[in-house]
Amino acid sequence: MADEHETNDRKGVTRRQFMTRVGVGAVAATVVGGPPAGRAEAAQVMRPGEMAKITLWINTRRHRLLVAPRWSLLYVIRERLGLTATKVGCERGECGACTVLVDDRPIYACMLLAVEAENKKITTLEGLMQGEQIGPVQDAFIQHDAFQCGYCTCGQIMAAEGLLRKNPRPADEAIPLAVSGNLCRCGAYPQIFKAVRAAADKRGDQ
Amino acid sequence: MKPPRENIYFVDGLPVPETPQPGEKPAPWRQTRVIGKARPRVDAYERVSGTAVYPSDVILPKMLYGAILRCPHPHAKVRRVDLTAATRLPGVHAAISGDSLKVNPEWEYRTFGGPTVKSLLFDPHCRHEGEVVAAVAAETPYLARDALAGIQVDYDVLPFVTDEQQALAPDAPVIHGDSNRVGPPQVYQRGDVAKGFGEADVVLTETYHTACELHTPMELHGCVAEWDGDRLTIWESTQGVFAVQSGVAKALGLPLSKVRIIGRYMGGGFGSKLVAGKYTVIAAILARQIGRPVKLVLSREETYLAVGNRPPNHMALKAGVKKDGRLTALDFTGTGSGGAYPAGGTSLLDWQVRDLYTCPNVRCETTDVYIHAGPARPFRAPGHPQGSWALEQMMDALAHAIKMDPVQLRLKNIPAFSQARDGQPPYTTTGFAACLQEGAKAFDWQQARLKPARGKADEVWLRGVGMAGASWFLGAGFGPATVVLRVFADGSVNLNMGAADIGTGTKTVMAMVVAEELGIKSDMIQIEHADTGSTQFSGPSGGSKTVPTDAPAARAAAVAVKRQLLAMAAVQLEEKAKRLTIRDGRIHSTGASDKAVGIAELKELKRQGVIVGVGQKGPRPEGKVVVPFAAQFCEVAVNRHTGELKIVRFLGANDSGRVMSRLTYDNQVYGGITMGIGFGTTEKRYLDHGQTGKLVNRNWHDYKLPTALDVPVDMTSLPIEMPDDQANIVGAKGLGEPVTIPTAAAIANAVFHATGIRVTTTPINPVQLSRLLAQHRKKE
Repeated sequence: MADEHETNDRKGVTRRQFMTRVGVGAVAATVVGGPPAGRAEAAQVMRPGEMAKITLWINTRRHRLLVAPRWSLLYVIRERLGLTATKVGCERGECGACTVLVDDRPIYACMLLAVEAENKKITTLEGLMQGEQIGPVQDAFIQHDAFQCGYCTCGQIMAAEGLLRKNPRPADEAIPLAVSGNLCRCGAYPQIFKAVRAAADKRGDQ
Repeated sequence: MKPPRENIYFVDGLPVPETPQPGEKPAPWRQTRVIGKARPRVDAYERVSGTAVYPSDVILPKMLYGAILRCPHPHAKVRRVDLTAATRLPGVHAAISGDSLKVNPEWEYRTFGGPTVKSLLFDPHCRHEGEVVAAVAAETPYLARDALAGIQVDYDVLPFVTDEQQALAPDAPVIHGDSNRVGPPQVYQRGDVAKGFGEADVVLTETYHTACELHTPMELHGCVAEWDGDRLTIWESTQGVFAVQSGVAKALGLPLSKVRIIGRYMGGGFGSKLVAGKYTVIAAILARQIGRPVKLVLSREETYLAVGNRPPNHMALKAGVKKDGRLTALDFTGTGSGGAYPAGGTSLLDWQVRDLYTCPNVRCETTDVYIHAGPARPFRAPGHPQGSWALEQMMDALAHAIKMDPVQLRLKNIPAFSQARDGQPPYTTTGFAACLQEGAKAFDWQQARLKPARGKADEVWLRGVGMAGASWFLGAGFGPATVVLRVFADGSVNLNMGAADIGTGTKTVMAMVVAEELGIKSDMIQIEHADTGSTQFSGPSGGSKTVPTDAPAARAAAVAVKRQLLAMAAVQLEEKAKRLTIRDGRIHSTGASDKAVGIAELKELKRQGVIVGVGQKGPRPEGKVVVPFAAQFCEVAVNRHTGELKIVRFLGANDSGRVMSRLTYDNQVYGGITMGIGFGTTEKRYLDHGQTGKLVNRNWHDYKLPTALDVPVDMTSLPIEMPDDQANIVGAKGLGEPVTIPTAAAIANAVFHATGIRVTTTPINPVQLSRLLAQHRKKE
């Protein structure tokens, strides 16, 4: 793996300044989350091109990784770890194809740096599986044909999963709202609503 | 014989292999066990479990990431490209430009009925923003983007024109040759429109505008290219692996046999992924130069600039009607632009006007112009939704003018033959009247129209209903297409076809066809598809062709293996083959009930190990034309203060022949309506005509797709099922395009019913609607 480098002749925020800001963010986070204080200080003194040693908890497994500070969580999950159910659609928080759960809340993985996701519980679509066994939301998507090309589907399922973890008995109106941050260009929305309804009802019965 | 004609999807007039032979045509299915049923997709598990590997998911050992530097100006000449700084960056393995290559491959643009324009892969004359200038490959996508920033380019920035209406002004900068006309105006004429208008009781004239729409499929355009010696393999997100193969082979001067394209899954295309992209060839060049695989996936912004669009169109329509509802004349003129190269700016724009309704006197004239903007590509029913926007609103206005129900007006003008085609061939089947009648009934149209449309003065939401009809140009599919079936000794089946499954459920339909014909379960069938290295030829999945093309081929292949299986069973059971049938994987005698054998128990099959059946798309019906029809009905509510538009419910009635797979059929209908809602109410490309000529809205934040909150929860799919046994041996016509054609016009008609305002420009968004409502209040 090549070292990340710095282009010094460019104007604007340098990576170093940027990292410092991220470091400050991490210090602020200590108040709430309480990761070891030393790590935040280490981030503040990172030199250009240096890789950050981080730990990500993804689908209950611990991954110890060297990442460039600017790498998005999406890039690390998808291209470095090969968990390709997290799709790339826009890389700017518009489409939801990269939706994962961070501490059980649906989050666009493209909008979070990998270094920001340290010590959080990250769940990708692969994390809804038990071996080859699919989860109830996935099964409902199959039964209701809630997709066409399938490319947005993993993100739709994660958004639905996030809804049901927070609100196991959602009202009908809550469902379109919950997946409204996930674009489907094929337009399978009505079936997605039905699938999420069915998955919710099935959970409610158990 | 006429010379071959290059259509947007296929070459017409070339002899192609076809089965079955005359006399061997299998009887139409009567009672079906599998076909038409609501069964989950055969690849549903893969798609919801994340195990489906899309081309952009591919990760190979030693793989690098490519990126493309694009021209930031709508019109410029590249004077010099300096790659030095980029190549010095650590982690960057290659940087290329037109000058750095030994051969800068030729790149050709052409359109049906238009000229061919030759360009280069890296053309120093950049005629649109987003034209490729240089490319790099690096260890990570981040480093690749850094490298792009390190490339120094000197441009001569040139005057531009990005407004298709200004492009024909005498002082407009020309894009090719000496005029911005792509060719002479295309004129179609039948009867005498002047005479027709003379006979009319009511004549109306209106102008209509449709904004440029961008495909933006969820999966970005892109590929992974890998060389193994002189053999190239590309995983490409595409609707047609064979079309990409020929494009890449031509650009790189390779034999087809050395280029393998794999596209087993793909995340949407809608016409924008029918052919090889420049990025495909660039990835291959980078990979070869470095000796490592290269993944080159475009950014979302690049897909807005450089991989196609639905052209913007301006239309004028004059129509005459008698009081009894018979159309007497239609006079249509349309202009449009497919961007900086010949790309079909007015392709099929006038087809609905020419062919949908009975009308003896029709004149259509279309003019395609160049502008300095990204070239168009076919977009789900090219030209049709735009033409429908004009024609179907005009039909609504005519009905209003003669005080006739819009459904009734359309029913008065249903043709039994295609008026605009040479020889005016009859349709094999037409369910257009049934779409209108049964759709209206299921929607409760008459009752819905009677409800007080404008509402009381103090009501905020004005409600209305609207409808529109449609046909799609191509319903017959087109060959060649081959499917090969192999039956193994245990009775399981391998189905091999080249067609892509672009999300329409192609694999599911084909498995259902084989399961139906062979009397086996779908889960006994494994499908290999969309791989030029290991599957059979089929054209790209576009033009609603896949079911009417590849499903007959699949049935023909099944018939071929069935014949062999029955012959084997006949020997083993000592029974005549024609008295044998297959059910639940067992071959039974229709006469003697004790004579039965499982496919897996056939001794001859065990001995051979495998049997093979080959099927090809059958011939098109002679002297007739296969056309699918549709009608859509909707209810809307308009906020009289803010112009907000709520789409309350939608119904789509479709005659696409036999329903092959009910779940994927309904899914197409809802998806088509959703895309039509986008075309009609949210989507518009904005170019900065006055100042920079650049694309203003180049992301999903500024360019709005319909979200889950923009579609009605209440959507109904009403199949008008009439198996078309003349069309092909499965009885199905294309569905994927007719489902999106009438949507926008139906919404506009409902908005008129609700507000009394005729909105003739897309999109009907709150910005436009609130302005029109304010003007309307002043008038009242």
